[in-house]
Amino acid sequence: MSEIFFHITAVAYLVATFVYIGYLFARKDRLLDAAQYILLAGFAAHTVTIVTRWVAAGRTPATSLHESLTFFSWIVIALYMFLLFKYKQRVLGAFIAPFALLLILSASLLPQEIIPLAPVLESYWLPVHVILAFMGNAFFALAFFLGIMYIIQERYLKKRKLKGLYFILPSLEVLDELNYKCLQYGFPLLTVAIITGAVWSEYAVGSYWDWKPRQIWSLITWFLYAALLHGRLTAGWRGRKAAIFSGTAFMILLASFIIINLVSGGAHGLSQ
Amino acid sequence: MNLIIVGLNHKTSPIEIREKLSFPSQTIGEPLKKLTNHFGLNEGVILSTCNRVEVLAITNDMEKGVWQIKRFLSDYHAIPLEKLDEHLYVHLGEDAVKHLFRVGAGLDSMVMGEPQILGQVKDSYGYAVQFNTAGVIVNKLYHKAFQVAKRIRSETKIGESAVSISFAAIELARKIFGDLSGKSCMLIGAGEMAELAAKHLLTNGIREILVANRTYEKAVEMVKGFGGTAIMFREFPHYLKNVDIVIASTGAPNFIIRPDQIHEVMRERKQKPMFFIDISVPRNIDPLVNNVDNCYVYDVDDLQGVVVANLQERSKEAEAAERIVEEEIEKFYRWIKSLDVVPTIISLRQTCDQIRKAEMQKGLASLNHLSEKDRKVLDAMTSAIVNKILHHPVTHLKKEANKVEGDLYIDTIRKLFDLTIDEEAVKKAQNNDD
Repeated sequence: MSEIFFHITAVAYLVATFVYIGYLFARKDRLLDAAQYILLAGFAAHTVTIVTRWVAAGRTPATSLHESLTFFSWIVIALYMFLLFKYKQRVLGAFIAPFALLLILSASLLPQEIIPLAPVLESYWLPVHVILAFMGNAFFALAFFLGIMYIIQERYLKKRKLKGLYFILPSLEVLDELNYKCLQYGFPLLTVAIITGAVWSEYAVGSYWDWKPRQIWSLITWFLYAALLHGRLTAGWRGRKAAIFSGTAFMILLASFIIINLVSGGAHGLSQ
Repeated sequence: MNLIIVGLNHKTSPIEIREKLSFPSQTIGEPLKKLTNHFGLNEGVILSTCNRVEVLAITNDMEKGVWQIKRFLSDYHAIPLEKLDEHLYVHLGEDAVKHLFRVGAGLDSMVMGEPQILGQVKDSYGYAVQFNTAGVIVNKLYHKAFQVAKRIRSETKIGESAVSISFAAIELARKIFGDLSGKSCMLIGAGEMAELAAKHLLTNGIREILVANRTYEKAVEMVKGFGGTAIMFREFPHYLKNVDIVIASTGAPNFIIRPDQIHEVMRERKQKPMFFIDISVPRNIDPLVNNVDNCYVYDVDDLQGVVVANLQERSKEAEAAERIVEEEIEKFYRWIKSLDVVPTIISLRQTCDQIRKAEMQKGLASLNHLSEKDRKVLDAMTSAIVNKILHHPVTHLKKEANKVEGDLYIDTIRKLFDLTIDEEAVKKAQNNDD
């Protein structure tokens, strides 16, 4: 059941990505409309995938890397829809759709069987921690792509050669503002995720903090984003500088997430 | 229906001819009446703008109609036709419909996609209605033209990008700052160009405008026009940190704004972006200021480049617009075709006969005892009733069809009887007639 919808999701995101890319080149609003509908359809299938998997596994579907990537990409799209609804910046979808596609395709290459979770880890803290952490990181992902859009648009304006994407990308101020908003949403979520993670760890293994790679890296990420927010608030970091900083922070975050999961074979190396 | 447009525009004629041929809107009733009364045209509309003068008319005879309009233009303005003729273009039938749709949507304008022309076309139609020179076809045609223009405006971006320097500057400002309300601007030099830009900024909701000029009195004079603040020229550097947009247009022979100075300013304003527009020649703002983070400097040439880029982006939209025009012409012609009298009569007869047959069948179903002969009598009788009822309407339709109000009659009949054209049936009927 879950598998069929997983495939539908992948195909929908693939088609949406192509239509979005078509839009970036042709800049016809009709393509953007179409891409958005296809993405929405994919998101619906994605939702069914997550729900059926959740029911089948009887726990939050974020134990194996396959599950984590699938779930994380769902949250990325969900939060993109939230931003779309609130700020009406539709072009962002053209950057988010390929990213979601990449996550889903990576997930499809990984073993998909449902791995039972060690009973000791069963807790209410699991879904709370996972969803908060994913939401925080998804906001950072959105900030990353908003940053890329900013850098592209800024380049056009600095070079004074206006063509292509210039005509469809939002204004610098809007992009910078949205980037900042994503950090403002993402940072508290990450903070609470780290705390709930510690609490969960206390329940599961009896200690709040034991310097696992996962914990160290999330702390590093936390400090990076804290520094960025601080710089924005006090030192007037903005625009390109802030975009590059948040982009780098997200790449570190993404790399650590993938490496840790590949090395340990599952979230936190706690499954099996 | 024979639709004709005869006219001239900025492409076919110099301003000297256009101004001689223009019709002032205050007295437009007179030429409109003359057009329809003296020159025997059924319906007429006159469009007169600074870039074009066009007469649209409905006539029974195309060739004669074209000649009549040309005579009218030449007579009315007392210009010999030989002098006028080389500048005039003529659009007939479908070509004329297309021309009107394109003009209304701004596709034929000097600045492609400009919106003023639609208002002017609307006015010209309004005059025709006011002076009773618009009939059923002109009504439908113009409403369609407005629809087409609206559709093109909403489905393409043809009207969006700015194609004059001062508009281009505003658009750039919006790509940097998003919403301009709450932003402030400084004009250094109180020239005409600067004033124009300031007015555009004001209509875009800019919060504050400072004006610095070497002659302080001139700055004071200028701000009276739009409620800004005049500042002393030598003090302008102190105000830089408070403004987001700087427009320089002084006659100074050297750079009056330099990078080192702006570095300092940017630090003070916490790196909030600044947009420098340098419309002075020689330039007043060191181009190196563009290298300072979050600063954007555009001189006249850069702005010209922006205009060219915008125009290119527009021409891409023009393709889509032309496609919409073609689509709408087809729709309009489907309606026009329905105004032919023959198919209407055929359709009217068929509709009534269908009703008769259906009712006969229903009635006969409960009259089983009737002989074949009785049935034939009944059939002939009902047929005769239908034919007699239709006799006068059909005769009148045929008679009126070629007159001024003919289309109105046909259109009314179609609406009253809810007729649709069955093209196959029409063809068949026409073949039988031959």
